[in-house]
Amino acid sequence: MSFFDTVRIAFRALLKNKMRAVLTIIGVVIGIAAVTTIVSIGQGASKLVSGEFEALGTNVILVFPGQTRRGGARQSGAPTLTTADSESIGAECPAVLAASPIVGAAGQIIYGNENWNPKQMQGVGADYLTVRNWELEAGGFFTKSDIESNAKVCVIGQTLIPKLFRTVNPMDEMIRVNNVPFRVIGILAKKGANMVGDDQDDVVLMPHTTVRKRLNGSPMDNVGIIMVSARGTRQMGEAARQIETLLYERHEIGPSQEPDFRVQDTTEIAATLGIITGTLTLMLSAIAGISLLVGGVGIMNIMLVSVTERTREIGIRMALGARGKDILRQFLIESVVLSCIGGAFGLLLGTGASMCANVLINTYKPGTEWPMIVSLPAAMVAMGFAAAVGVFFGYYPARRASKLDPIDALRYE
Amino acid sequence: MALIELDDVRRVYDLGEVKVHALRTVTKQIELGEYVALIGPSGSGKSTLMNTLGCLDRPTHGSYLLDGEEVVSMNRDQRAKIRNKQLGFVFQNFNLLNRTSALENVELPLMYGPRVSPRERRERAMEMLAKVGLADRYHHHPSQLSGGQQQRVAIARALVNRPSILMGDEPTGNLDSKTSREVIELFRELNEQQDITVILVTHDQNVARNAKRTLVLRDGEIVEDTIDFQLAKAALEYDPDAPEPVDS
Repeated sequence: MSFFDTVRIAFRALLKNKMRAVLTIIGVVIGIAAVTTIVSIGQGASKLVSGEFEALGTNVILVFPGQTRRGGARQSGAPTLTTADSESIGAECPAVLAASPIVGAAGQIIYGNENWNPKQMQGVGADYLTVRNWELEAGGFFTKSDIESNAKVCVIGQTLIPKLFRTVNPMDEMIRVNNVPFRVIGILAKKGANMVGDDQDDVVLMPHTTVRKRLNGSPMDNVGIIMVSARGTRQMGEAARQIETLLYERHEIGPSQEPDFRVQDTTEIAATLGIITGTLTLMLSAIAGISLLVGGVGIMNIMLVSVTERTREIGIRMALGARGKDILRQFLIESVVLSCIGGAFGLLLGTGASMCANVLINTYKPGTEWPMIVSLPAAMVAMGFAAAVGVFFGYYPARRASKLDPIDALRYE
Repeated sequence: MALIELDDVRRVYDLGEVKVHALRTVTKQIELGEYVALIGPSGSGKSTLMNTLGCLDRPTHGSYLLDGEEVVSMNRDQRAKIRNKQLGFVFQNFNLLNRTSALENVELPLMYGPRVSPRERRERAMEMLAKVGLADRYHHHPSQLSGGQQQRVAIARALVNRPSILMGDEPTGNLDSKTSREVIELFRELNEQQDITVILVTHDQNVARNAKRTLVLRDGEIVEDTIDFQLAKAALEYDPDAPEPVDS
C-alpha cells in the first residue's frame, strides 16, 4: 500500500472518532507547548545574560585587590592596586586593549534646587569608555591632563538629566557633590539596565584622581579595581595571564607566595551564569517533558483501544492480502498523525505563550528587551519530538495489531 | 496439474491438555474452473478446510499445492500475498468495512497488491461493482445497502483482483431465500462464464445443489466426493452410530 493511501486511511480512521482524536491530541498539544515555551524562555534568558555581558564592555577582565599579609595577619580587600599598575597593564600587555582604574565614591549631587543620589559615582581613567565599549552622546571625556590636574569635571549618564536638569541642557552646568563643584563636560549614551536590572545610566564619572583626593580625601595612590578589556574574546585568557605575570613582577611576589590581587575573567561569570540558566532550562524542560510523556501514554492507550475495536477490520484487511507490515504501518502512521497534529498545535500554543511571557516581562520590567526565541530549528526539533512520541507510543499497539491471527481477527465480535 | 492439490493434509489444534484433530487426513484435487460445495455437520472440519484452502491457516501436516506452489512452508507475508493474488473471500456476515463506501471497499484488495494507480483502482472497482449490478450504489456505505447488496459488494471485492478462486463461507447464511437465489445465480454465472473456481462452505442444500461437485466432511475426513447431489445428501444424513434399521 502506498504511503499516501496509508496516510489517507489514517486520517479517515481518526475522523470517525473525532472527539476521541481531539482529546488524545490535546495531551500532546500541552506537552509540546510546555516544552516549547520553557525552552524558548530559557533561551531568552541565556541570550539576555550573554547580551548583558556584551553590554558590560567587550571582553572585560576585572583585577581586584587581594589579600595582604601584615605581620602574619591576613586581610582581604587591602588597597594593593595602584594607578601605576593600571597604566602599565594598559601599556605593557599585548593582549590588552585598554585599562582603567576605578575608584568608588558616594554622595549626593545637588543642582539648583534638585538633588539626586546616583547608583554609581566612580572615578575612572581616560580610557574608561574604550574599556566599557561605551559611547558619548554629547560633549567630551576627561583627558590625561584633566586626570593629572585633579580637574573638577564629570560626565553624566542619561538618567541624571530628567532627575536634575529637567529642561536645561546639562552641558557645562555646575553640579555639586559633597560641596565640591564639578563641571559637566559630557553625556553618556544610553546603556539600559544590566542583568540584575540595575539602571546603568544612573551614573556619574569623574577623574579617579579627583575622586580620591577631593571626595574621598585619600592621600594614597591606590585604586578600587582595575577594569581591563582584552583585544578580543579569544584573547581573554591570554590577557588574564599577561596581567598576572606583570603584576607578579610589579608586586614582587615569589612563585611560592600568595598573590595580593585577583584577576577575574568575566567569561567565567558568563559561563557560570550560562550553566545556571542552562540547568534551569533543562530542569524545567524535563518537567515539561513529563507532560509530553503523559500525552504519549494517552496516544498509546487510545491506539490500544482502537486496535481492539478494529480487530475485525484488521482481519478483513489481512484476508484481502494485507501483510503484517501493512497493518503495522497503518496503525503507526495513525499514531504519528495524531502526535504530529498535536505537535503543530502545541508549537503554535507554545509560541503564543512565549510571546505572552515576553510581554509580561516587559510590562513588569520595561526595557528588559527579553529576546523571544522560537527558532526554526527549535520548531523542527519540537515537531520531530512529537513524531518520535507517536512512533514510540504507537509502536506497541501497531505491532500487536500486525501480529493478530487473521482467522481469530475475522471471528472477533 | 490440478489448481489445488491436497496430500494427507492434517490440522491438529493443540489446546494443551487435549489435541483436537480438526482435519484427520484430506487428500483431494480441485481443478481450475470447478464449482465445489463443502458440506458436513458442525464440527466436521469444513471451516478448517476452508481456512486451509484460503491460506488463512496452515496445516500441521501434509502438503498443499496451490497453482503449483507449496503453501505449507510459506510464511505469513507470502500467504498474504497469495490471498491477495489468487483468492477472493465472501463471508456469511459480508465483512465489509463500516462507514466506508462500496467503491472503497472494493478497492481494498488493489491497495495491498502490486502498485495500481488510484485512477485505475477506481475504474476497476467501478467496473466490478457494475458487473454485480451495483453501478448506482458506488458511494453508499454498507449500512445503506440491503444484505443482498452488501454481499454483492463483497463479491465484487473478492473478484476485483482477478483471482482464480472465489471462496464463500456460508455466503447466503444471512440472506433471505430470494436474495440467496440471486447470489447463488451470480456464483454460477461467474463460474460458467468466467471460469472462476468457486468453493463454498454451506449448510444450505439449495446452495450445495447448485454446485457441480460436492464434498461431504465428517469428523475431519472427506466421506463423499460426488457430482450427484443425492449421494452427497445421503452421505450427509448417514449416521454411523445409529442402530441398523431393522427390516420388517
